[in-house]
Amino acid sequence: MSAVESAVMKSVDVLADGRIARRFAALKAEGRAGLVTFITAGDPDPAVSQAVLNGLPAAGADLIELGMPFTDPMADGPAIQASSLRALKAGMTVRRTLEMVRGFRKLDADTPIILMGYFNPIHAYGVEPFLAAAREAGVDGLIVVDLPPEEDEELCLPALKAGVSFVRLTTPTTDEARMPAVMRNTSGFVYYVSIAGITGTASASNTAIDAAVARLKRHTGLPVAVGFGIKTPDQAAEVARVADAAVVGSAIVTRLADGLADGVDGAGSVRPGTVEDVLGFVGELAKGVRAARG
Amino acid sequence: MTKLNTYRSGPDERGHFGIFGGRFVAETLMPLILEVEKAYRDARADPAFEGEMRQQLKQYVGRPNPLYYAERLTEQLGGAKIYFKREELNHTGAHKINNCIGQILLARRMGKTRIIAETGAGQHGVATATVCALYNMPCVIYMGETDIARQQPNVFRMKLLGAEVRPVTSGSGTLKDAMNEALRDWVTNVSDTFYIIGTAAGPHPYPAMVRDFQSVIGDEVRTQMQELEGRLPDSLVACVGGGSNAIGLFHPFLDDPSVQMIGVEAAGRGIEKGPLDHAASINGGRPGVLHGNRTYLLQDEDGQILEGHSISAGLDYPGIGPEHSWLHDVGRVDYAYATDQEALDAFQLCARTEGIIPALESAHGLAEVIKRAPTLPKDHLMVLCLSGRGDKDIFSVAKHLGVEL
Repeated sequence: MSAVESAVMKSVDVLADGRIARRFAALKAEGRAGLVTFITAGDPDPAVSQAVLNGLPAAGADLIELGMPFTDPMADGPAIQASSLRALKAGMTVRRTLEMVRGFRKLDADTPIILMGYFNPIHAYGVEPFLAAAREAGVDGLIVVDLPPEEDEELCLPALKAGVSFVRLTTPTTDEARMPAVMRNTSGFVYYVSIAGITGTASASNTAIDAAVARLKRHTGLPVAVGFGIKTPDQAAEVARVADAAVVGSAIVTRLADGLADGVDGAGSVRPGTVEDVLGFVGELAKGVRAARG
Repeated sequence: MTKLNTYRSGPDERGHFGIFGGRFVAETLMPLILEVEKAYRDARADPAFEGEMRQQLKQYVGRPNPLYYAERLTEQLGGAKIYFKREELNHTGAHKINNCIGQILLARRMGKTRIIAETGAGQHGVATATVCALYNMPCVIYMGETDIARQQPNVFRMKLLGAEVRPVTSGSGTLKDAMNEALRDWVTNVSDTFYIIGTAAGPHPYPAMVRDFQSVIGDEVRTQMQELEGRLPDSLVACVGGGSNAIGLFHPFLDDPSVQMIGVEAAGRGIEKGPLDHAASINGGRPGVLHGNRTYLLQDEDGQILEGHSISAGLDYPGIGPEHSWLHDVGRVDYAYATDQEALDAFQLCARTEGIIPALESAHGLAEVIKRAPTLPKDHLMVLCLSGRGDKDIFSVAKHLGVEL
C-alpha cells in the first residue's frame, strides 16, 4: 500500500470483538452517546475507591477510566493532582489498581475499563508483565498521557499485540498532517482533548467541539469521546449531541474530595454518604447524556 | 559491547542516546516539540543565528572566561595541576546564561512572545529573567516554594529583572514540581509561549540543544589549554544535577581517548542511606521515564518519583540528562559522588585557598578534585568546571555551619 493510501485510510479497531467495541455498538443501537467516567484508583483510600468503582455502572457510567496514580501528573490540573497524591498516601500501587479491576470484574463482566495514567509506573512494573496482568485482571484499554505516536514501540504496539486497546489522545494542536500518524495504531476509541491545557480547567465552546468531532470523523471509523472541561450534566449533554461519548473526570473527583473529612490534601476518611453523593452526581451526568439526543 | 568510533554523533533523529532520551510528552505538546526541533535545525544552519549568539556571549556574557591555574590549591593538594574553568565569572554568575542566550534567540526566531522557565537554585531563573529583560519579553518563572524559602536572594533578583516568580506548592515544592508546573503552563499556552529548559534534559531536542549551547565551555577549554600547556587536559571534572555544565565541558572532548571525565553527583547525607537522602540518579537510581525523556531516575519499586535530597538546590533533581545516562552505560564518563559535608568542606577550602566562593553545586565537583588530585602526578592536567559563584549560598552555608547572620 502506498503512503498516500495509508494516509487516507481510516483507522479501524483491531480489537473489534472486545468490550469497548461491544459497548459502543450497543450505544449506537440505542441511538445515544455514552458517559465515560474517570476516578483515580485508591482515592481517597482503596475501600471507598472500590465502592465508587463498583457503583459506577448502575449509576449510569457506560465506560470507566481508572486513573493510575503518579507522583508527577504533568498533564493534570489541581483536582486530579490532589487525588493522585491522596491515593499514593493511602498506599495505592499498580498491583493494587489491578486488584481493584479484578474485584470489579467479579460484579460486572461488560463495562469496559480503561486504565489512564503516565508511563513510568508501567515502565517500572515491566511492559510485558504489566500487559499480561492487566489483561488477566479485565482491563480493556490504556490511555498513557506521555506516550505520543513517536514512542509507539514502548507500549502501544506491545499492548495491541497483547489484546489491550491503546486509546490515543488527540488535541486542538493535532494538525491535519499529523492526524494519520496519531490515528494509525489507536484502538477502542479516540479521545479528543477539547482544550489545549490540563484537566479540570477551561471548557471548549460547543461550536469548536462540533468542528473537531467532524474533523476526527474524517480520519477515523472509531468512536470519538470528548473530554477535558466537562463539569455539569448540561455540558455533558451538549457534548453528547455530537460526540460518541462524553468524558467527565475532574468534576467527579472534586465531588469525592468534597466529602473528605480533613480537606482535599489529607488522606482522611470520607464523611458518610459520600459514595452515594458521588454516584448520585454520576447519575445526573448520565441523565444529561441520555437525554441529549431525545 | 562493540566499541563506538564516535561518542559525539548522538542523538538519533528520534532523540535517542542509546536507550535514553526520546519524546515522552502529551500530544498537545508534540506538534510544538517538532516545531522547536525544526526551528533549531534551521537556526544551526544559519550563520546569522550563530553570529548573534557569539556576539552576545562576548559582549553581554563576557566570554571567553579564563581557564585559571589554581596554584595554591594545586600546591596544597600536592598532585595534579588544577585548572578552574571560570563559568562563575559570566554575567549572572553561572554557566546557565550560555544556554538562555541561545534559547531566547530561538524563541524570537520562532515568533514566540512569552517565556517560561523552571528553576531550582534560582540560577537558571535569574539567567532566564535576565535574557527576557534584555530582549523585552514577558517572563514567568516556576519555582518550588521550598526552594523559594532557601534561595531568597535569587527570588528577589528575578523580580528586580521584571520576571514573575510563581511559587509551586504541588508535590514537595522543589525543582521537579516546578518543571511539572512549567509543562502545565506550556500545554495551556502552546501558541505564544517558549519554554526555556535549564538543563540538558527534557524531550528531544532539548538535551541536544542545551548541550550544544553549553559546549562553548569545552570548546574554550580546548583552545585555552592548548595556549597554556600546549596539549589536551588529562581529566575533566564537573558537578551533575541535570548535567548541563558537565555535558558542555565534556562533549567537545568525548572522542579524545586520553581525556578522562568525571561527573559528580550529589550524595546528600549519603547514598547508603537510600534515595530519600541523596540526589544521585546514576549512582543510586535506575532508568525510568519523566519530564519527556528516559533516563536514570530516583524512584521507588512502583515507579513513583522520589524527591531526593542535596544541600544544593541546583542538584536536587531526581533525574539526569539522558546523554549522561548513556555515557555512563557505555563507560565513557565516570560518575562519582560527593556528600553535603564534602561539598561544604570544599566550599570553604576554595574560599580560603583561592579567594573564590564557589556555588555549592560546583563545590561537589571540587570535592572530587580534592579526592583525586593528591593521587595523581604533577604533570596531570585536571580541569574543574567552576560552574557558578556561591554568593547565593552563603545563607544556607552559614546555617549549616551554625553561624547566625
